[in-house]
Amino acid sequence: MNLLWLQSGGCGGCTMSLLCADSSDLLGSLADAGIRILWHPSLSEESGAEALDLLAACAAGDLPVDLLCVEGSLLRGPDGSGRFHMLGGSGRPMIAWVQELAARARYTLAIGSCAAWGGVTAAGPNPAGACGLQYDGEAAGGLLGADYRSAAGLPVINVAGCPTHPGWVVETLMALALGQFDGDALDALARPRFYADQLVHHGCARNEYYEFKASAEKPSDQGCLMENMGCKGTQAHADCNLRPWNGSGSCTRGGYACISCTEPGFEEPGHPFVQTPKVAGIPIGLPSDMPKAWFVALAALSKSATPRRVRDNAVADHLAVTPAIRRTGLK
Amino acid sequence: MGERIVLGPFNRVEGDLEVQLEVADGRVAAAYVNSPLFRGFEQILRGKDPRDALVLVPRICGICSVSQSAAAAAALREAMGLAVPANGELAGNLVLAAENLADHFTHFYLFFMPDFAREAYAGRPWFDAARARFKAVHGSAAAEAVPARAAFLQLTGILAGKWPHTLSLQPGGSARAVSAAEKIRLYALLREFRRWLERHTFGDTLETIAALDSADALAAWAAARAPASSDLRLFLEIADDLGLARIGRATDRFISHGAYPLAGTPLFARGVWQPETATVAAFDPDEIREDLSHAWMQGEARHPWRGLTEPDADKDGAYSWCKAPRLAGRVVECGALARQVVDGHPLARNLVARDGASVLARVVCRLLELARVVPAMEAWVQALQPGEPFCAQGALPDEAMGCGLVEAARGALGHWLVIRHGRIAGYQIIAPTTWNFSPRDAAGTPGALEQALVGLPADDARVPLAVQHVVRSFDPCMVCTVH
Ligand code: SF4
Ligand code: SF4
Repeated sequence: MNLLWLQSGGCGGCTMSLLCADSSDLLGSLADAGIRILWHPSLSEESGAEALDLLAACAAGDLPVDLLCVEGSLLRGPDGSGRFHMLGGSGRPMIAWVQELAARARYTLAIGSCAAWGGVTAAGPNPAGACGLQYDGEAAGGLLGADYRSAAGLPVINVAGCPTHPGWVVETLMALALGQFDGDALDALARPRFYADQLVHHGCARNEYYEFKASAEKPSDQGCLMENMGCKGTQAHADCNLRPWNGSGSCTRGGYACISCTEPGFEEPGHPFVQTPKVAGIPIGLPSDMPKAWFVALAALSKSATPRRVRDNAVADHLAVTPAIRRTGLK
Repeated sequence: MGERIVLGPFNRVEGDLEVQLEVADGRVAAAYVNSPLFRGFEQILRGKDPRDALVLVPRICGICSVSQSAAAAAALREAMGLAVPANGELAGNLVLAAENLADHFTHFYLFFMPDFAREAYAGRPWFDAARARFKAVHGSAAAEAVPARAAFLQLTGILAGKWPHTLSLQPGGSARAVSAAEKIRLYALLREFRRWLERHTFGDTLETIAALDSADALAAWAAARAPASSDLRLFLEIADDLGLARIGRATDRFISHGAYPLAGTPLFARGVWQPETATVAAFDPDEIREDLSHAWMQGEARHPWRGLTEPDADKDGAYSWCKAPRLAGRVVECGALARQVVDGHPLARNLVARDGASVLARVVCRLLELARVVPAMEAWVQALQPGEPFCAQGALPDEAMGCGLVEAARGALGHWLVIRHGRIAGYQIIAPTTWNFSPRDAAGTPGALEQALVGLPADDARVPLAVQHVVRSFDPCMVCTVH
């Protein structure tokens, strides 16, 4: 399968993240799955006119594009002209190239939340007119329109995340190459379900603190980050705490909140990212599957039952109280 | 004027770049560097809670996102008047150094060396070796260096949760305390990376490389064994054959913000190298102005405390989204070469004294930093004190200003933050490549790269390789440049 990768209004971080994949030979694994990199802006030899010739051949249909990966949001400004991102040397806006290539591609993939929804580039006044390939924030549409289907009949596959996890990209590409990916593999926002059917909360190392609502109060505390520090792990669709980042990490393991970077519109949460918005002391963004009254009642109960170890460790940056060693008679 | 050629898309750089050349008699007579991508982070940041900068600015750039975080944290720290505990400084240095070294490594193996494996060099004595090792995507280096880099960046999994785009760097230090067991894992990862470098990149110990003190010493070291014995030796053979020490000179005026502070003293010194006197002068950030005369931006030249970012796509005479920063009205160069010259490393000073800044000097100094910083990181890990604080706490003032100056892999990065009524009223960023790849200023003076390209052969308009070597010798980061 021929893979063509383009970058537009993003930071290149999804490519950099991809190169952190935990396989012992990333490029070899892709080649082994039958994926041939036609061109990638960071990796390929061809520059300038050679690269433009190659893109033109793809756009004309002379060179088939099976996997069109777009990283970064699509910049429509100023005034719909697309001039905020001209493809170097071509005199044409990147959005024109992407529209033309997407019309040919067998599969079109949005790599990262910028290409999926607009992402951080669309934050604030959205100065560059950023949108995603098939979404503009939460609204279907985007650059290609809600009705767009790639040649294989699928909508844009939104491998969302900021950056996106290398495992999400590699597995999506390999599943497509092996013919093991179809419409049922996508969730309601066209994200691969193998990671989007999970919540960040699943497997979080702070789950014991969460149970007792033993909460971090300041950066570097070990407690649950939901009550004060802005954590959206109970609502964010991703498997970050089941599948490590860079060997053993995740946002919550790194000491900071999940800002739900896989969700459309995460860039404008309507509150400071690292502070939990509350009404009458109760966080607004409660776990999506839980009735509010139950949450409040259970939280009050569990707080009153919090062991001292959990309570004290929650507001320390290291284990201040270690678990008791007790002879139970059980082996 | 002669022929005008446009080069782009310029790949194997970070982000988007287009270079226009005026060619006369087969040589570059003038160069115009265009950064063709504008996102507008400085506008996005205005009106936000100041702490949101820690989420937004790393997303300026995926290759040096920790540098952006570190600059934002430093600007907030100054605004909050915080002092970082020793553990916080050590952890911050470790994360930033991990990113900077990974950048040098990525640049050498994936971005820069593949140009020597191009067919145009077939027939050169070193070509077969270069092609086997460095061919883009297919060479043995890509297969080995990508996993070595991923393994090295596991440091950031422990210290920062993830890379890129961590939130662990805070104004008061690091939100991620390190345990005693994790100290050992960090140390083991560093030793593994050291072994890889010593085996493949250098074919020698890091300490031997760091101790090379002149161009002659470097040449003698290279001659002691066969070029195929290490990647650096192979590069030096290529550089010798192609004369890479004699191309790519700009102003030779170098700036460094100073890197990796510990208790007030940076590992690499802060300052400005003056080519006239061959001395280092103090760096005064008040002398910075961002000139907008050839950028698609409205307004007059200003200091970043008062800077504006108002795009104007139809502006006459403009040819880039990049502003033109100048220090006391002058063009300066930043990066690993600048850092090592300002710090006084004898090899860097001698390379510049002999031939000025060049493709060779820039590449050698990046590799020199790998050799100098890995041992420093080993010492920083050893100095971590689990159980002692990693992060100071403080309140955010409603009215304040703060400036964060750090060294990214590519050189001097500055953030200028103005807080009014508890919100961001102004946020201006000057990235390393903004210095190096700036367009002309009001006096018509070309930026550093624009100067470095003049005089190069440009006979093959499709792929002028000398131009590519010079452009990539700066390791440009275009997403940072305009931001
Ligand atoms: S920190 Fe976030 S993800 Fe972890 S347990 Fe608390 S709410 Fe869940
Ligand atoms: S933990 Fe949340 S913010 Fe962090 S990468 Fe996962 S989904 Fe994104």
